[in-house]
Amino acid sequence: MIYWQLFSIFFTIGLFTIGGGYAAMPLIERQVVEQHAWLTMPQFADVVAIVGMTPGPIAVNSATFVGIRVGGIVGGIVSALGCVLPSFVIVLILAHLYYRFRNLSVVQGILSGLRPAIIAMLASAGLSLLVLAFWKDGSVLASLENVHLPSILIFIASFLILRKWKCSPIVVMIGAGVAGMIFC
Amino acid sequence: MGSTEEKKKGRQRGTYWKLFSATFLLSACTFGGGFVIVPLMRKKFVEQLGWIEEQEMLDLIAIARSSPGSLAVNAAILAGYRVAGWLGSVVTVLGTVLPSLLILSAVSFFYTLLRDNPIVDRAMTGMQAGVAAVICDVVLTMGIGVVKENRVLPVLLMGVSFVAVQFFDGNVFAVLAICALVGVIDGAVRKKKGGREE
Repeated sequence: MIYWQLFSIFFTIGLFTIGGGYAAMPLIERQVVEQHAWLTMPQFADVVAIVGMTPGPIAVNSATFVGIRVGGIVGGIVSALGCVLPSFVIVLILAHLYYRFRNLSVVQGILSGLRPAIIAMLASAGLSLLVLAFWKDGSVLASLENVHLPSILIFIASFLILRKWKCSPIVVMIGAGVAGMIFC
Repeated sequence: MGSTEEKKKGRQRGTYWKLFSATFLLSACTFGGGFVIVPLMRKKFVEQLGWIEEQEMLDLIAIARSSPGSLAVNAAILAGYRVAGWLGSVVTVLGTVLPSLLILSAVSFFYTLLRDNPIVDRAMTGMQAGVAAVICDVVLTMGIGVVKENRVLPVLLMGVSFVAVQFFDGNVFAVLAICALVGVIDGAVRKKKGGREE
């Protein structure tokens, strides 16, 4: 039964990928291309490309898209649910514990240490994205000549609009996409 | 009695609908995956709806980042639970997953067109710069918040974590664990000090 197989594969992948995003890709590739031969390698490369272009969480998108390609719309639904279910159970338990115990001094200590670390990780993600946007090959060591000027201008404009007018990030991202179509 | 109960039900339904539409919109507009969800959720749940506090938001992101699965999905589960319990989580998960299903079902019919399209490629390039700006903006806002606490330790933790993750490929979980430990020790020391002064 293909639906059950899809469900259990993406359930396992959802359970074992911490950090989400592209971390799940090698696991999906092994299951879908090597073990079950549902997709060929070029087809899987298309999945990776499309998932990067469409909005939504990368892990959920890849599960859904592989599911649709293998088992139609129902396959997509089953794969998406399988991928989300482990998170749902685990995070719900943690949420319950957090709201129950967050006033304990030990928990307060843990959280006060985690907050700066989370901001640091956000900053790191932001910097990596910035480098990727400015230098297409994603390396700072690339010379200043290889810099992508339109991207820099779009970044500066977006940043100023966000700081000055507290505009919705969604509007800014869509605006940046439109600007990219015209200027890049 | 009946009318107040009905009102309560109506209000709850309103909350579920707001949760669903908020997460649906966020998920449909999350390009670039991962941490982009943080500025988007902060804007919606902290600034616009006022359902979650600033510090609490950071706690929820820390929990989401430490759990298996996608950051966006986990954050949605937590926000849903915060606002309306486990049923709220069911609603926010569906709101997060549904756009993926709809968009990819549509895309699967003409994806070769999308893949080889230069205009789409240019839009993605522009959007990448926009996403970077969105993340830098929220980092600046939240970073200023930490600096304004006027304590050395959180700023130090922030700086060291950044360097460890960005330049030394530090393991994310090791960094989180060390920061949690430092936080516990700091809390205990301050409590002891505070107790003596009293």
